[in-house]
Amino acid sequence: MNNKTALDNFRTDIARWLAEWYPAVLRPLDVESGMPPEAVVPETIRNAERRWHRLRAEQGWLAPTWPREYGGAGLDKDQARVLAQELRRVGVRPPPISAGLSLLGPVLLQRGTPEQKLRHLPGIARDEVMWCQGYSEPGAGSDLASLTTRAMLDGDHFVVDGHKLWTSHADKADWMFCLVRTDPEAPQHEGISFLLIDMKSPGISVAPIRLISGPSAFCQTFFDQVRVPKENLLGQLGEGWTIAKQLLQYERQALGSIGRGDLGRAQTLPELAKQELGSEGARIADPVLRAQVAQCELDSLALRLTMNRSADEAGAGRGGDHIASMLKLYGSALTNRRHELMMTLLGADGLGWEGPGFSDAALRITRQWLRAKGNAIEGGTNEIQRNVIAKRILGLPE
Amino acid sequence: MTTVTRSSALVPTEEQELLRRSVREFAAARFDIAQLRACRDGEASVDEPLGYSRAHWREMAELGWTGILFPEEYGGLGLGHAELGVVLEELGRRLLPQPLLSTVLLAGNAILRGGSEAQKQAVLPGICAGELVLAFAFQEQGRFAPWQVAMRATRVADGYRLAGEKRFVLDGHGADRLLVLARTSGEPGERGGLTLFLLDPQTPGVECVRTSLLDVRNAARIRFADVKVSVSQVVGEVDRAALILDPVFDGAAAGLSAELVGVLSEAFERTLAYLKIRRQFGALIGSFQALKHRAADMFCERELAMSVTLAALRALDAGRADAPALASAAKARTSEVANLIGREAIQMFGGIGMTDEEEIGFFVKRARAAETTLGDGAYHRDRFATLNNF
Repeated sequence: MNNKTALDNFRTDIARWLAEWYPAVLRPLDVESGMPPEAVVPETIRNAERRWHRLRAEQGWLAPTWPREYGGAGLDKDQARVLAQELRRVGVRPPPISAGLSLLGPVLLQRGTPEQKLRHLPGIARDEVMWCQGYSEPGAGSDLASLTTRAMLDGDHFVVDGHKLWTSHADKADWMFCLVRTDPEAPQHEGISFLLIDMKSPGISVAPIRLISGPSAFCQTFFDQVRVPKENLLGQLGEGWTIAKQLLQYERQALGSIGRGDLGRAQTLPELAKQELGSEGARIADPVLRAQVAQCELDSLALRLTMNRSADEAGAGRGGDHIASMLKLYGSALTNRRHELMMTLLGADGLGWEGPGFSDAALRITRQWLRAKGNAIEGGTNEIQRNVIAKRILGLPE
Repeated sequence: MTTVTRSSALVPTEEQELLRRSVREFAAARFDIAQLRACRDGEASVDEPLGYSRAHWREMAELGWTGILFPEEYGGLGLGHAELGVVLEELGRRLLPQPLLSTVLLAGNAILRGGSEAQKQAVLPGICAGELVLAFAFQEQGRFAPWQVAMRATRVADGYRLAGEKRFVLDGHGADRLLVLARTSGEPGERGGLTLFLLDPQTPGVECVRTSLLDVRNAARIRFADVKVSVSQVVGEVDRAALILDPVFDGAAAGLSAELVGVLSEAFERTLAYLKIRRQFGALIGSFQALKHRAADMFCERELAMSVTLAALRALDAGRADAPALASAAKARTSEVANLIGREAIQMFGGIGMTDEEEIGFFVKRARAAETTLGDGAYHRDRFATLNNF
């Protein structure tokens, strides 16, 4: 049996399995337009989604290319592509971005010891163990390498002291992967190590952060004499910065793709413009704002096509990973522009904060407008992304 | 139309990569900007009044490139816009002028789509063989507005009489045939009422004046003083030229976008190279963050322009319903990015960028001409919105 037949058979198997197991209530009537099926009780949908998520995780489909022993499905690249196509065909949305699955997993696969992989990967692949990221600190934002949280070796434990910022979901997470300074005497980039820390360890305390847009998943995390077993060091001592950079690329990729999945269900920008400005025939009535809507739509299309191209190039074994910086930079800037424009379209309807008098949709846009500003900061500010592009892609001098 | 099954992936096929290499070698061996300058200054070894070389045109025909879009029965290769786009992009990188837009994408494609068998036989094999150059006379005013045609074709006993004036007829000077768009009914601005005519520029009453554009290419002003044409010279149906021209303009806009990708990429790369050699304040100016960040932004814009153009060419070849909107998206984007990179290039080159001696100015000028031709960013943004129902 040649490779193509094998792949075709694989596709048939997947399609058959999905036909049997993917909940009917989650299937869109029209996959193209992304319209949900007839009115169903939200509770039913939520339950079905939960059930489907478990089922999908058990199949190893959250991490399709990971080996089976680590909770993946053991698929090769071609099979993974077929799986993604078949999932998309029935309207399955990509799983939510999680620190474990999108960020730590790939690094752990590459650099973990066999024991570390067996211990941590299956929990990530099945989405049973939640991870958070301990990178930034009050004094180390864009200049991440200046971090000062210390981990000093004491027998077969590290003792961690310090203060991490922007640790998303730290209040719910089971584990944290964390950058710590293990050698204060070494040159800045070489004294950093990568530590896996159990969030139940004594000495850890967590406080949520309130943003300009309201409550958020962000937290700050304090470490006071926290003891972490030596075997929880990922990679070598002093190798933390190399690992962190690798992981940052995964993060940029993930952040750049934010806002892709859900577009079908939200009101589109042209629809919002027609609702707020009125229309003449099919045209948005205000010509100046119509041109701005068109520019935003064109740019979104161009970004989407660039993501597709970048995926196609990766599939063909071409293209570099630093493209992630470009997608993150352009994607977050565009998200900001879209929200600015939505606020303009809403006028004073965009000034509501909570309670009656404003539609839920308008209140949501206001909060998103504020929150979107963070997209251009988190995961490396847009200025840092431009530095990365200038150095790594364009080869401009230091 | 020949349909070729091809990958919809946004990466070039192996054949397209080979084609790219051939065109790149061809262009590098035959053309440089010194020739363009000489042509402008009237010291050309190339056919100076034409603004392009007929010898290169024949060579390109021998390599099959003038016939890429046309079916094999007319001597073509039966390939698609994606392949023609590769040729245009590489010629664009070198600023090598050739009448591909006028002859193949505009006049030739319109005849392929709308012409009678006799008309196709009369011109398509000649284009594929590199013997004929065609020009499409449609535009009458500065801004691209395809249906704003006032020129009349009046029905008379044995045919039509054409009266009016066309401007900016690309490669109109020295063309072997003219395809002319005239109004047989209705008023300027209306899609209906337009008709295509195929005629010899030597027909009595046709007066062609060469005008020179800033990119050294040839665009003619052509007057039609009661020019007599026969019914057999009508291409397609009377009053319904717009139906033929919609896909023709889409294909041409996407092809011109591909050329623009070549022009803007080369301009960007030359600017980048300059940032790495020019020293001021004891440092390479490329180490200054103010310039680095703008270079990074240009890079992003260039990548997005490439993606949309590739997608538009693929969509045209697949005959997809979103091809018109993608063609407009591509032309809007490449026009604006070419403009951005042109502005930044001159600024980053500084004083030397203002001189005629530095070649970057030639890219800026070609980019401007291509930006304006067949609709600029504002035109295509508006069309994109209309096609997307807002």
